[in-house]
Amino acid sequence: MKYSITHTTQYQYHEKVNLCHNLVILAPRNSHTQTCESFKINISPIPEILDEYEDFFGNKVCYFELEQEHEALTVTANSVVEKWKNPNWQEVNNTESWEMVRELLASSLGNYFEEKKFCAPTTITSNATDIQEYASLSFTEGRPLFHAANDLMQRIYKDFKYTPGFSTISTPLSAVLKERKGVCQDFAHLGIACIRAMGLAARYVSGYIETIPPKGKEKLVGTDASHAWFSVFIPNMGWVDFDPTNNQLAGDQHITIGWGRDYFDIIPLRGIIISGQPHELKVSVDVKRID
Amino acid sequence: MQENAEISTLLQQYLPALDSFNELFDLPGHIRPDWKIILSSLLNLPNNEIGTRSQHILRLLKENGVAYNVYDETNGQNRPWELDIIPQIITAEEWERTNAGLVQRAELLNLLLKDIYGPQTLIKEGILPQELIYRHPGFLRSCANIDLPNSQHLILYAADLARGADGQLWVISDRTQAPSGSGYALENRFAMSSVLPELFSNLQVKRLSPYFDSLQAALTSIAPHHSDSPRVVILTPGPDNETYFEHSYLAAYLGLTLVQGNDLMVKDNHVWLKTIDGLEKVDVILRRMDDIFCDPLELKTDSLLGTPGLLHVVRKGNVAIANPLGSSVVENAGLVPFLPAVAKHFFGNDLLIPSIATWWCGQKKERQYVIDHLQNLVVRRIFRRSKGHSTIDGSSLSSEEAASLIKEINANPYLYTGQEKINFSSSPTWVNGKVEAGHSLIRNFLVNHNGHFVAMPGGLTRSSQVPNRFIISSQRGDISKDTWVLSAAEEEEPVLKLQLKTDEPYLLPSKRSLPSHTAENLFWVGRYTERVIYNARLLRTVMKFILQKNSSPGSHSKDSKKMLLEALTRCTYTYPGFVEDEKLDVLTEKLDYPWKELTDILYNDHRNGSLSANLQYLKRAVYSVRNFWSTDTWRVLRQIEEDWDHAKRAHHQDHLQMINSIDALNTSMFAFLGMNRESVRREQGWNILDLGRKIEQVLYIISLLKNTFQNRQNAETDHHLLEAILESTQSLITYRYTYQDHLQLPLVLELLILDMNYPKSLAYLVHKIKRYISLLPKASKDQPMNEQERLMLEAYTSLKLAKGVILAKHESNGQYEVLADFLDKLYTLIAETSVLVSKTYFRHTVSQKQLFISNLL
Repeated sequence: MKYSITHTTQYQYHEKVNLCHNLVILAPRNSHTQTCESFKINISPIPEILDEYEDFFGNKVCYFELEQEHEALTVTANSVVEKWKNPNWQEVNNTESWEMVRELLASSLGNYFEEKKFCAPTTITSNATDIQEYASLSFTEGRPLFHAANDLMQRIYKDFKYTPGFSTISTPLSAVLKERKGVCQDFAHLGIACIRAMGLAARYVSGYIETIPPKGKEKLVGTDASHAWFSVFIPNMGWVDFDPTNNQLAGDQHITIGWGRDYFDIIPLRGIIISGQPHELKVSVDVKRID
Repeated sequence: MQENAEISTLLQQYLPALDSFNELFDLPGHIRPDWKIILSSLLNLPNNEIGTRSQHILRLLKENGVAYNVYDETNGQNRPWELDIIPQIITAEEWERTNAGLVQRAELLNLLLKDIYGPQTLIKEGILPQELIYRHPGFLRSCANIDLPNSQHLILYAADLARGADGQLWVISDRTQAPSGSGYALENRFAMSSVLPELFSNLQVKRLSPYFDSLQAALTSIAPHHSDSPRVVILTPGPDNETYFEHSYLAAYLGLTLVQGNDLMVKDNHVWLKTIDGLEKVDVILRRMDDIFCDPLELKTDSLLGTPGLLHVVRKGNVAIANPLGSSVVENAGLVPFLPAVAKHFFGNDLLIPSIATWWCGQKKERQYVIDHLQNLVVRRIFRRSKGHSTIDGSSLSSEEAASLIKEINANPYLYTGQEKINFSSSPTWVNGKVEAGHSLIRNFLVNHNGHFVAMPGGLTRSSQVPNRFIISSQRGDISKDTWVLSAAEEEEPVLKLQLKTDEPYLLPSKRSLPSHTAENLFWVGRYTERVIYNARLLRTVMKFILQKNSSPGSHSKDSKKMLLEALTRCTYTYPGFVEDEKLDVLTEKLDYPWKELTDILYNDHRNGSLSANLQYLKRAVYSVRNFWSTDTWRVLRQIEEDWDHAKRAHHQDHLQMINSIDALNTSMFAFLGMNRESVRREQGWNILDLGRKIEQVLYIISLLKNTFQNRQNAETDHHLLEAILESTQSLITYRYTYQDHLQLPLVLELLILDMNYPKSLAYLVHKIKRYISLLPKASKDQPMNEQERLMLEAYTSLKLAKGVILAKHESNGQYEVLADFLDKLYTLIAETSVLVSKTYFRHTVSQKQLFISNLL
């Protein structure tokens, strides 16, 4: 299956801005489930400085600087991604209890180097008491890790109401837990916080999901959006992606951009302008099958 | 023999803790030779004046404005720095060992940093646990895999040392974020050698300046692209930081520009300093700000202190930062138990200087040990928090506190260590007029110059009187000691660097432009200085009038009083004041009994427009450009502050005393002005300061005239008002001398508005402002007149064309319309000019804004 993704971000300022620094992480990574065949980024106005580098987690980052007076900024990213069949995890026989995995990671001086980059709590994915309590209901004694994580995903889906607009990027998990509301980013962070609180490795995945229009209706262009879910390290299986917003393992319709410890490691587009005025933002994402 | 007896008298109260190392005696009754020299030098001071000299030291430090800001304390701002008259001693042999040990440790931490931000071999080979690095908040992932020039990762390093029971120096903790204290050490040495030259004459004490020479050379040498005269700046978080004094002190001593994050900007992959002449390229940043605050784009995204894009310039190799961003990860108590293995790995040998025994709770057995022995250990977090204490003495905790700490350790074991308590050695210290035993913690400083670490032969010692207190810090208010490293007699000190090397062509250092931020503060120093002076004079005039005229009923004094009080409110912007109130009877009461309101306008710190509040603003502006002022200026400022605080606290009931306090303030303010006139160079800085003064003066005089002469009054009141105007502008004498006539409006206006030869007249002041404006840098050399120059030409011309008699005319309804229109127009022209100057030269004040994507599925 091949997808063409167009991701457009438009900023409209309320006054002229002379200088603007930005970071973009929108280039899909290659992995065992996908290959990025092409990636193009268009910025208007044309930036004076445009650099590319790989970040600590191996994601491709674009840095750009606008040094001319401008009142609007548009960033358009086009990518073509070939999706491979995801392994059918349900058929894999995962018998290793989560406690064994925790021991394995804790006592592994010098081993599991890559995985242990994702064990430590972060500010937004803290191991507070309420997180530990929520997690412990899924992580019962001796339960195989895959089943525990799967149960956690299902509980988040059932317990929380998907509520766009409820949270912002800085809403703490304690508020999400209390109100039982949030969006994909909150659910991913909650899952990650729970798994790390149990001493295990989890990462935040930034990407897209193809949306299917209601029966009989045409799919509208630009109505898709960025998406996020969490991934858990399970020995013998590797990194397994769980999407708590849709209550499913990431499958053919999930396209990965990249990953980090949480949202703040992999913000799709961020920037700073020198201005006292607010700005307006418009984002449109279009995920299209091309064969 | 006589001397021995005197020494024992001096030491009567020196009672060292039994289980600590005694720095003074090596055997019972036998004083170590170096100490004997110091003690007899102290005793040989004429007239037994140890106490007096000790006072001198404190006064000197206070006058020099040496201060340490303490957080979370109501009186915390600017705690005066305290220095013990008795130094801390390190002998020549001991220094040789310590020096080698410190250099080795600094090299080790440099290699560690390089590995952590590079290949991470130590983790992959299992020498360091991954959690120890990855859980440390100072491990900045976006700083990984960046090539730094010459592999120099650690430029500045400081270690806290203490002497254990065996007399050996141990490392208690490491500082690699932005080590502070070297400036205080220098200032301590300066104070000691000025006040106690005798003490130095009998011992060879190593000088501190070679360290600072190395620091200067090191900062130059790390500049990218081998620039010959790189621009080096000190980056400070600002005047609220605890060691801001030191930032400005080092800037002045090393000849560097002191900047805050918003003085810098990133453009074309370079860092630039905003100056009033435009942008200047910055090559090296001496960082005194915690790294995560330095770049809001890539590090702490809500930081308002930083410069967006800075990390990317580092990535491109176009700026060097000392210490590099991310350096605090090795300021990590948890590393201590692993350092011997790391030393084996890199050097193949052991650590030369021991660290205090440390157990990292990230290991099961060690964690259990810490929990079991909490009473006997100091618990230290692996990183320092910017606020609050990171070190806890286990024995100081109640059982509930201990339980909660253990819970916290079990929840986040990787973040904690337990450390052995060592009994800090006992050394003599001068307290309350006698010698007592104190416990010292010594901070040593090292700098990496072209790959070789150089240690300061000396340091900053902080001493605590409380026995068995294991945590000593300036934040907690302990006193400091000058730290003496003795040199063996035959050692030759390097020559002072003062002389020019004649075989090299001498290049005059290129002149540096004034940073916009400094310019802005100077401008406001000027404005607040005049605001304080004019407000003070007007208050004094009004108060005197009330005192003198209150006793003459039946006359028109009451009208005059009402008008003056109203003008006071309007000129000082202390509404509602005497102008309006919801209840008429309250206003009448205020006008009849004005002293309560007057006291408030004088002394209320929290009321906008009050004299106290304006003094606070002035102090803030002065403090923000502190390396601009001479020592004498500081002395005057201290005096103003002390006198005013004293007046405020005295709650004067006596109105004459209130007036006296205003007189004293005014005199000191003129001393402050005079001091600047004498010592500030006539360059951009002075122009901007004086421009601020003149603008404030013009606006004030306009407002004073406008608010007194709106309507024609009876002859007596008119006379009172004219007298008050002349009195409060200190022009009464000049008027009488010039016109030799009774007071009349047209002549007063001639003098205060139009007289080109009178320095307080608007015409004179506007002419000056016009000149300063034309001297400010222009966008391009051949640019014709800019907007502010045009406005000033208009203001100046209208003053040239005006006449006193015409301005003094009133309409049939009694209103001075011509005067009002004239003053309003002039006010607008000057106020707009002020705004334009700010916009053109102080642009950086606009805040930064984050752009974020926030809608996700």
